[in-house]
Amino acid sequence: MIDDVFDEVGLKVEDLHGSYGAVEVLRGLNFEVPPRNVSVILGANGAGKTTTLRAICNMCNTTGKVTLGDTDITRTSTAEIVRMGMAHVPQGRGTFPELSTLDNLMIGAYTRKDNEVRDDVDRWFEIFPVLSERSNQMAGSLSGGEQQMLAVARALMCRPRLLLLDEPSLGLAPLIIEDLFERFTTLNKETGLTMLIVEQNANLALDMADYGYVIESGEIALSGTADELKNDPAVQEAYLGA
Amino acid sequence: MTWNFDILPDFIFNGLSLGAIYGTVALALVLIFKATTLINFATGELAMLGAFLVYVLHMEQGLWLWLSMLLAMGLSAGLGILIERSLTRPFDPADHLPVVLITLGLFLIINAVAGDIWNYQVRILSNPFGKFPDWVPSVGGDRFIMVFGSRLKYQSIGIWVTLALALFILGLILNRTKAGLAFRAVSSNVDSARLVGVHTGRTLGFGWAIASAFGTLGAVLVAPQLGGVNPNMMATILIYALAGAALGGLDSLGGAVLGGIMVGIIQAVFVTWGGVVVLGQLYMSILQLAAAFLVILIVLIFRPSGMFGTRRVERV
Repeated sequence: MIDDVFDEVGLKVEDLHGSYGAVEVLRGLNFEVPPRNVSVILGANGAGKTTTLRAICNMCNTTGKVTLGDTDITRTSTAEIVRMGMAHVPQGRGTFPELSTLDNLMIGAYTRKDNEVRDDVDRWFEIFPVLSERSNQMAGSLSGGEQQMLAVARALMCRPRLLLLDEPSLGLAPLIIEDLFERFTTLNKETGLTMLIVEQNANLALDMADYGYVIESGEIALSGTADELKNDPAVQEAYLGA
Repeated sequence: MTWNFDILPDFIFNGLSLGAIYGTVALALVLIFKATTLINFATGELAMLGAFLVYVLHMEQGLWLWLSMLLAMGLSAGLGILIERSLTRPFDPADHLPVVLITLGLFLIINAVAGDIWNYQVRILSNPFGKFPDWVPSVGGDRFIMVFGSRLKYQSIGIWVTLALALFILGLILNRTKAGLAFRAVSSNVDSARLVGVHTGRTLGFGWAIASAFGTLGAVLVAPQLGGVNPNMMATILIYALAGAALGGLDSLGGAVLGGIMVGIIQAVFVTWGGVVVLGQLYMSILQLAAAFLVILIVLIFRPSGMFGTRRVERV
C-alpha cells in the first residue's frame, strides 16, 4: 500500500518542468509536501501556481520527477493518480454543472468499491447542510460558495490521502472564505489529511499552513515554515501587504 | 387547392413514426456530440452496417429477427468501441478537425465496403412489425387500427413502443449505473471527470457503443419503409436526424428525440400533405430534403442551441 509510505514521506517534487505547447511555465521546481501537514504555494499571477498543481496530476506536459509515497507518478495518467489517493479541486471549482449536487458527490466516489459511499454523502450533507437542501439541484445553479463546498466535498468523496486545492478563496465573500479555511484546518487536524493549497490570500493561507513555498516565474524563490515566511521581509512586502 | 383534412391524420401518424426513427438516429448523434462536441458523420453508415448484420443473421442465417437485432446492436456497440479506441482516441480531443475528417472517411469506407459485399441493390429485410399473431385485432385483414377515422398502422405503434422501451433502458443506464454517471460527468466536464478518476477514453468508448446500438436500431426500424436494406439507405435519414438533433439542441438527448419527431411531422404535414395533397404539386415531395436543410438553417440562425440545448456561457 502506498498509504503507509505516504504517511512517512508525503509527496516529493524534483526538477519539475511543466509546459503548455511551446510555453514553458515551470522551470525546475524542487519541493516536498510533508504528510499530515498543510503546505501552501504563494505567488503572483502567472507565476505558475496552478500549473504546479496540474503538473503534479499530469495534466500538462511535464519532465522531472513526482513521487507520491514511494511511487513515481510522473508518467501516471491523471485518473490513475486520483485512484492512488490524490484529489484535486481545480481552479474555478471544476464541478459538473449539468449534474445534480448528489450526482456530483456520487461521481466523487467513482474510484471506490466499498459500500460506505452513501454514508459519506450523508456525512457531507451534515457538514454542509446547504448541499443537502440543494441535493437534486443542478450544480451549475449553486452559488459560488456552495459550489466551492461541493467541490471540496466531492474531492474528499474519494477518501484521498492528499488534497490539492487551487485558489479555494477565489470569488468568495470574506466571511465564507474564513468559514471554508476553518473547515480545512479542522479537516487536517481531525483526519490528518495532507493538503497542498495554492492561494492568493497569503495572510489567510500562512495562518493555517505549516509550510510555504513562494513561486516566482516558474521557480521556487523562497521556502520554509509558515512562520518563517510570515516574518520574511520580502514575503511581507510582496504578499502580506506589510 | 383542396384541403383534405380527412386524410391529414394519416400523414401525422406517418410523420410521427418516421420522426421516431429520425429521433433514434439523432440520439446516436447527440450521445457522441454531448461527450465530445463532435458530429459523427459515420453514424448513418454504422447504422446501415448494423442493419446489414441483421440481414445476414436473420435472412441468411435464419436467426429469429429480434435476436438478430439484439446481436447486431451488440456487435455495432463493439465496433463503436473499437472505432473510438483506434481512430479517435489518439487525437487531441480539443482539435476537432482530424476526428471529423476521420468520421467522414469512415462514412465513405463503410459505404464502399458494404457496397462491395452486398452491392447497391435493395435487399428485403423482414419487418419487425410485419407479422402479428392472430389474436391481434385487425380491420379487414389489414394491420391497423382506426383512430380519428384514420388508419394507424401497427407498425407505427410498434416503432413507438420499441423506441419508448429503448429510451427507458437508456435512461436507466445513464441515471442508474456507475458507467452512466461517468458518461454524464465526462459530457459535463472532461477535466473534472479525470480528476475524480474516470478513465475518459473508456467512457467515451461506452458512449460510442450506446450510440452505435441506437443507430442500428433506427436503421432496422426504417428499413421496411425503404423497401429493405441497401448501402445508401441512411444517407438521407442522417440528414433528417441531423436536422432533428439541431432542432432539439445538439447536447440534449430528450431534445434529439423530440426534434427528430418534429422533423418527421414537418416532412409529413408541411411537405407531403401540404405540398403534394393540398397544393397538388407532386414535385413537392422531392423538397423533403430541402425542408430538412431549411430547418437546420433556421435553427442555426435564430436559436443555435436548439430548443433544449444548453447555451454556451463562458464564465470569466
